[in-house]
Amino acid sequence: MRTRALTITVVAVAVAVGLSACGSDDDADDADEEAATTTAAAGASTTAAEAATTTSAGSTPAGPARVEPNAEAAACAQGKTLEPGVLTVATGEPAFPPYVVDDTPENGQGFESAVAYAVAGTMGIGPDAVEWIRTPFEAAIAPGPKDFDFNLQQFGITPERAEVVTFSQAYYTGNQAILGYADSAAASAQSLGDFQDLRIGVAAGTTSLNFVIDVLQPTEEPLVFNDNAGAKAALDSKQIDAIIADLPTAIFISGVEIEGTAVFGTFPPVDGTEGESWGLLFAKDNALVECVNLALGALSDSDQLEAITTKWMTTGTPIPEISLE
Amino acid sequence: MTLASTWRGGPTASTRSRRQRYEAARRRRSVLIAVASTAFVVGLLVWLLPKSSGWRNVQRAFFDVDVFGSIFPDLLGPFWYDVQIFLWCAPCILALGLLIAVGRNVRTPALFPVRLIATLYIDIVRGVPVILWITLLGFGVPALLETRAWYGGFIVWGSVALIMAYSGYVAEVFRAGIESVHESQRAAARSLGLSSGQTMRSVVLPQAIRRVVPPLMNDLVSLQKDVALVSILGPVEALRRASIEVSRTFNFTPYVAAAVLFLCVSIPLTRLTDHLLQRERRMMTGTAIT
Repeated sequence: MRTRALTITVVAVAVAVGLSACGSDDDADDADEEAATTTAAAGASTTAAEAATTTSAGSTPAGPARVEPNAEAAACAQGKTLEPGVLTVATGEPAFPPYVVDDTPENGQGFESAVAYAVAGTMGIGPDAVEWIRTPFEAAIAPGPKDFDFNLQQFGITPERAEVVTFSQAYYTGNQAILGYADSAAASAQSLGDFQDLRIGVAAGTTSLNFVIDVLQPTEEPLVFNDNAGAKAALDSKQIDAIIADLPTAIFISGVEIEGTAVFGTFPPVDGTEGESWGLLFAKDNALVECVNLALGALSDSDQLEAITTKWMTTGTPIPEISLE
Repeated sequence: MTLASTWRGGPTASTRSRRQRYEAARRRRSVLIAVASTAFVVGLLVWLLPKSSGWRNVQRAFFDVDVFGSIFPDLLGPFWYDVQIFLWCAPCILALGLLIAVGRNVRTPALFPVRLIATLYIDIVRGVPVILWITLLGFGVPALLETRAWYGGFIVWGSVALIMAYSGYVAEVFRAGIESVHESQRAAARSLGLSSGQTMRSVVLPQAIRRVVPPLMNDLVSLQKDVALVSILGPVEALRRASIEVSRTFNFTPYVAAAVLFLCVSIPLTRLTDHLLQRERRMMTGTAIT
């Protein structure tokens, strides 16, 4: 247990250093490619800190990375944005790391901020022409006209949701993870049954909540909070044994936010589980979605999407996978 | 209409005085006008709403009958949770509120600190939004206690926050009631030899409380809805259960279903308040003019 705590602390420091260090990468392409060669998909044992230090090597002014436009996507996006030449992107208020750093999406730091700027760049829209607005979760999904081109705050793609809004293709596919205090009884949970007996806290509106209800099915009713801040407070005051969150969030909480916690493990994707893939959310039948899909396709063909994912969403320590059998 | 026909008509319209007939006609007239104007407004809404371009979307998002039917039974259990919180908070609020109101009205010089504390308490407690009290106490105190025992639970401290916040309002209602009892009542009681405490207990309070029952009910109706705020502390009560379903399907009908449940309690409570108000007015004035 001691060594584990030590590892976590090391990772925590590394992530923290990485977050502060990589506030600058103008030529993200080379750097990201380099990073991509050393890493695999999220959840694999790669180091965010390593990727971060590689990227920060070319020290350039802070701000979002510039991305080469893709001719096809750029032509497609012409005149389809809400305001001509400007891409209005929405995210949550507050937005949490590792998706947005310092609650400032404009800085291009953090996974979702980086994805938004990369998509914009690929569609020929420079960082200066990207406007950020904030919407609560509910406003993003309410009927009626939207005041954003797309909204990204870890919206899981499900068929039911897709009846009301339009999703882009997935920009991230991740697993759920469970975390709690490394020295608590919960840390020794091994089987699925052990985890089911824990008192779980989870944030509302997340795919994690769907996972808890549909797949994990804990014996005691889980506590559901407005956001992970509530879940963290509950973990702090010992009201719950463990938090279920998506892996990047779990890594961030255990590594940076709550000292003494550890990610106990990740759950493999289950067939029929909803919302493991996140998409950019558009107003129903927004024409821009095609162009964004072209952009996302181009980004993933050129491995840039993977590089961004690796940079923000992975950790150095291997995390055990929990069997759902 | 002749006198004879009036007599033959028996105890019907014609036996009433001219004044009564006139009043009956006026009443019929106001009922007719009310019905016509209601029909007009409702008809306008029914006619206009489907004409608005977003109506189909709104209908699908908020008034989906299938979704309503499937979620409503699931909300009943969580709603019982709300009702339970209400049921244990309400008596505590009334008792604490009364205590504070009396504390604010003590006139003994030696007890001035009590008066000061009561005043400060009301000022502070009423000046902060309820949701903040719930967050501060609900998350804060369990973090101090760090225990799984009952007294360290979120729910207990969320309820304490509700009781605190509402006791401030209720204390002011009681105070208004106490102050509305005429000074001569006190003077008369004291001159009969009753002590200050006895005067308060058996002369002032019985009159004061009777007077403030309607506004108190008003606060209870408000409390009945505000218990849903406890959901920020994690328990899955009706509002939270609905929001889980909303975020799952992006359909807002579960919120409407939850609203209906809350109405099921608050409307009867409101009607009861109206009834009490009416009765109070009749008692005070001898007649009620409609």
